[in-house]
Amino acid sequence: MVMIDPRTAGRSRPQGSGFELFVWYLMRVTGVMLFVLALAHFSIMHFLFDPSQESASWIAARWGSLAWRVFDWTLLMMVLFHSFMGVRTVLLDYVHGTRARLLSMSTLYIVALILFAAGTAVVMTLPVVA
Amino acid sequence: MHVSLRIQRFDPDRDTASHWVEYGLDVDPMARVLDLLHQVKWEQDSSLAFRRSCGHGICGSDAMMINGRNRLACKIRVDQLGRKISVAPLPGLPVVKDLVVDMDGFFAKYRSVHPFLVNDDPPPAQERRQSQAQRAVFDDTTKCILCGACTSSCPSFWARPGYVGPAAIVNAHRFIFDSRDQGGEERLQILADRDGVWRCRTIFNCVDACPRGINITRAILEVSAAIVEKSA
Repeated sequence: MVMIDPRTAGRSRPQGSGFELFVWYLMRVTGVMLFVLALAHFSIMHFLFDPSQESASWIAARWGSLAWRVFDWTLLMMVLFHSFMGVRTVLLDYVHGTRARLLSMSTLYIVALILFAAGTAVVMTLPVVA
Repeated sequence: MHVSLRIQRFDPDRDTASHWVEYGLDVDPMARVLDLLHQVKWEQDSSLAFRRSCGHGICGSDAMMINGRNRLACKIRVDQLGRKISVAPLPGLPVVKDLVVDMDGFFAKYRSVHPFLVNDDPPPAQERRQSQAQRAVFDDTTKCILCGACTSSCPSFWARPGYVGPAAIVNAHRFIFDSRDQGGEERLQILADRDGVWRCRTIFNCVDACPRGINITRAILEVSAAIVEKSA
């Protein structure tokens, strides 16, 4: 009988991974949404309005509308999810050691969490300027 | 026509690392790389080791890296390659000797996806019928000859040798979408593994490498989509 090295050859019993499926699917969904939202954002900021007139107070005034806050928050969440899960893919492919993997993944998730929280806090709490 | 053929040689009894050896050959432009390897083995160095069986692109024995791309030595001709030709073993697999690689892991992964018809119904009096439309769904993936060119060209496989690889997914696809088969659910569960379909980064090296012209990346994504649908 031929002995096979299980690390490089036969696979251990497969474990269906719901998380991998979830990430894979959401990468595609967010990709499509970014195509629409990012293009819309680009068109609004550069063509519909004059970029030279866009200041912090202009944005604050625009955020008087709940719809704009929802739009910008959705765009931000899509960008954060898509980019961080993209970096996760790169780490999965190139970082092999158990400790290095744990460290890089933990850092990634912590940074992502902070940015998710900070971004959401800003969108939710920025005072409306009349 | 004179060509310079460089072959990556490795003899486990003598060498600690592989090295390139150059052979000068006078050949017909319509000769295939397999003919060149035969010429070297029969006329210059009989110790050269490589696999070949049918010699006509069906058995899948002589896949190797030719001028940097995975090709069947029996299908690619000198006139397609030019006067300088390099031949190396399939990348990403352990080299046994010269151009012969260890395919045990490759075939273990192939077996892991149950590449055979699963149907517990009692056999019908005649054949299990299938419409042309039902057949067309998986026709592309029936063409696989298990040469290993796709899996060994896959950067995701190089990065993570545990990845089940394109060839195994292609052969799972062949049965998952077969209307006569009942083992699809189980195969989808097997391929939903961390080292299953999610490792595909749609790099398309496999599509370039496939000597049968199978749209492998498409097949992988169809399996991924089927897993998503099953879980929805």
